[in-house]
Amino acid sequence: MEGMGRFIVRRLIGMIAVLFAISVMVFLIFNVIPNSDPAQRIGGKNADQELIDRINEDWGFNDPLPQQYVTTMKKVFTGDLVSYQNSRDVDDEILKGIPVTFSLCIGAAIIWMLLAVVFGYLSAVRAGQATDRALTIVALIGISLPVFWLGEMLLYYVANKLGLFPVGDYVELTQDPLQWANHLILPWLTLAVLFIGFYSRVLRSNMLDVMEEDYVRTARAKGLPERQVMLKHVLRNSLIPIITLFGLDFGAVIGGGAILTETVYNLPGVGLYAGESVASLDLPPLIAITMFGAFFIVFFNTVVDVVYAYLDPRIRLGTQAA
Amino acid sequence: MSPTTAGGPQPLLSVDDLHVRFATEDGVVRAVDGVSFDLRPGEILGLVGESGCGKSVTAQTMMGLTRATNSTISGSVRFGGNDLVTASDEQLQTIRGREVSMVFQDPMTSLNPVYRVGDQIIEQIQAHKGVDDDEAKERARELLASVGIPNAAERVDDYPYEFSGGMRQRAMIAMALALEPRILIADEPTTALDVTIQAQILALIQRLNQERGLAVILITHDLGVIAEVADRVLVMYAGQIVEEGTLDEIFYDPQHPYTWGLMGSLTRLDQPPPDRLPQIGGAPPSLLAPPTGCRFRPRCPHAFEKCGELPDLEVRLSNAAGHADRCWLDPADKKRLREVEGRIGLEVPA
Repeated sequence: MEGMGRFIVRRLIGMIAVLFAISVMVFLIFNVIPNSDPAQRIGGKNADQELIDRINEDWGFNDPLPQQYVTTMKKVFTGDLVSYQNSRDVDDEILKGIPVTFSLCIGAAIIWMLLAVVFGYLSAVRAGQATDRALTIVALIGISLPVFWLGEMLLYYVANKLGLFPVGDYVELTQDPLQWANHLILPWLTLAVLFIGFYSRVLRSNMLDVMEEDYVRTARAKGLPERQVMLKHVLRNSLIPIITLFGLDFGAVIGGGAILTETVYNLPGVGLYAGESVASLDLPPLIAITMFGAFFIVFFNTVVDVVYAYLDPRIRLGTQAA
Repeated sequence: MSPTTAGGPQPLLSVDDLHVRFATEDGVVRAVDGVSFDLRPGEILGLVGESGCGKSVTAQTMMGLTRATNSTISGSVRFGGNDLVTASDEQLQTIRGREVSMVFQDPMTSLNPVYRVGDQIIEQIQAHKGVDDDEAKERARELLASVGIPNAAERVDDYPYEFSGGMRQRAMIAMALALEPRILIADEPTTALDVTIQAQILALIQRLNQERGLAVILITHDLGVIAEVADRVLVMYAGQIVEEGTLDEIFYDPQHPYTWGLMGSLTRLDQPPPDRLPQIGGAPPSLLAPPTGCRFRPRCPHAFEKCGELPDLEVRLSNAAGHADRCWLDPADKKRLREVEGRIGLEVPA
């Protein structure tokens, strides 16, 4: 596995380069490109001249651009970014939101991967039969349901009318694990449904392709039980592309994709904070959240590359040759 | 029953009136249409014919690998008291890999790319024998060494992409032989390999046949391969066996015009090259709607009235008990008709 260490180092260097490029873009988009006074935009609608002068001073908007970039990123990464509209510390708010967002996203991800693999597997093994047709319909419904609609429906019927689950809000895991899960079941399902539908369809078609491979025929000719042929040879090879999708989607969900779910269920996560900040055009939190989201998307892509290389040894060879 | 059963040793495997049909969007493909033959212990049986004649389907059906929702299989494949056509999946599992093994055409795609070569051999061993990982791995090493993989002790941990095509085919053979099966079905094992590697693989199969008495069914479209290693030969055309005999009988006294055509299209180093490579006129028939009567009739320059009726595969010579064919022509006339420019061949229709 000595190729693996080198591979990981290469990927980490790549990740830092991508993050640097993103930070430059974020800086340009927020502070430079809009054709108006950046201090005024950052200060918000009710900023007076005194505040604007202070912001100009703080952010160094009279300095040359590279200097401005350094100042902005320093603010983002050292934690002295403050919202001028409500005087709250941005990094504190994000840190407060992280456990909520992670609870939501990790739980949803586990549900969506498990169910997608089970549904996709059953669909592929029974392709063309009643099970497959039923699962196809279920998957298409899942893909078609908008998160805000599904969230509201579950809230109204399951939580409110039937009273099976609490209506919104969040309980910390450390405070009461049972209540934590109880409050999160509906949000988990809401966030997972789209992905279950989508992933099970992708897995089904991957598996049907892999079943035609010569090495699957070899596995059968070896006298392996059909279940072993399916799990070890077909499913394993079919999961590789799913892992890529998962990395992209999981990063995206953590980095902002959970906005709707958090808003519908009033979960005080990073997504809800982002939603509120967009609504009040509060730029300092948005700069930080954009970088936060970008970091997780890039980070999970890197993780995916490493896992991918572990799952498919040919990829490691590619990097050694390069 | 195949005509060769009479008097010979007890066959190891016996295929009788095998039919395999596939329902497709265009209609029913009659891929194998009444194939019967015996495999004797310790022999190398060559199965030859052009692409699409049903060779591979015949072989895969013997392993139960053509079972599918769109296939219909009838007839029988007798092996050790079982009929492999009707055997349950569990019965087949105990036979596949342990009693009857198979090596496929394309070694580049026949190994799973994500598992180590050694682990795939270990999987083969552990599918049938309760041996622990260390013992199975030791056996995998021995097997790789026995098929001529250099430095097998280390290569056992390689992934398939680290092996060349010839090495992969050796690994496939090592895997197929892991449990010392009685029969090896080799489906075009050398087609994807270059000629020097091809010769090595054939020599390996021959060695295993001689050393262990392994019975081999060697499927190929290459008469050169057959000439090198086979004891007996079956010639297949359009889903049927059209001629069966010993290697010498097929090469020196072929009875079926299709076999003449195959012989005639061989280029030979011991004769001056022809102006134009001889070929069999026309194209193989569609197996969706094969011709009535003799399947080869539309392409046969010697066809006559009687050929509208399908001839059985039977012995038509007085002096060769195991040499059977499906041709209505008089054996005495055949000697004259197959002579084309001083060698065996099939006249090109004008």
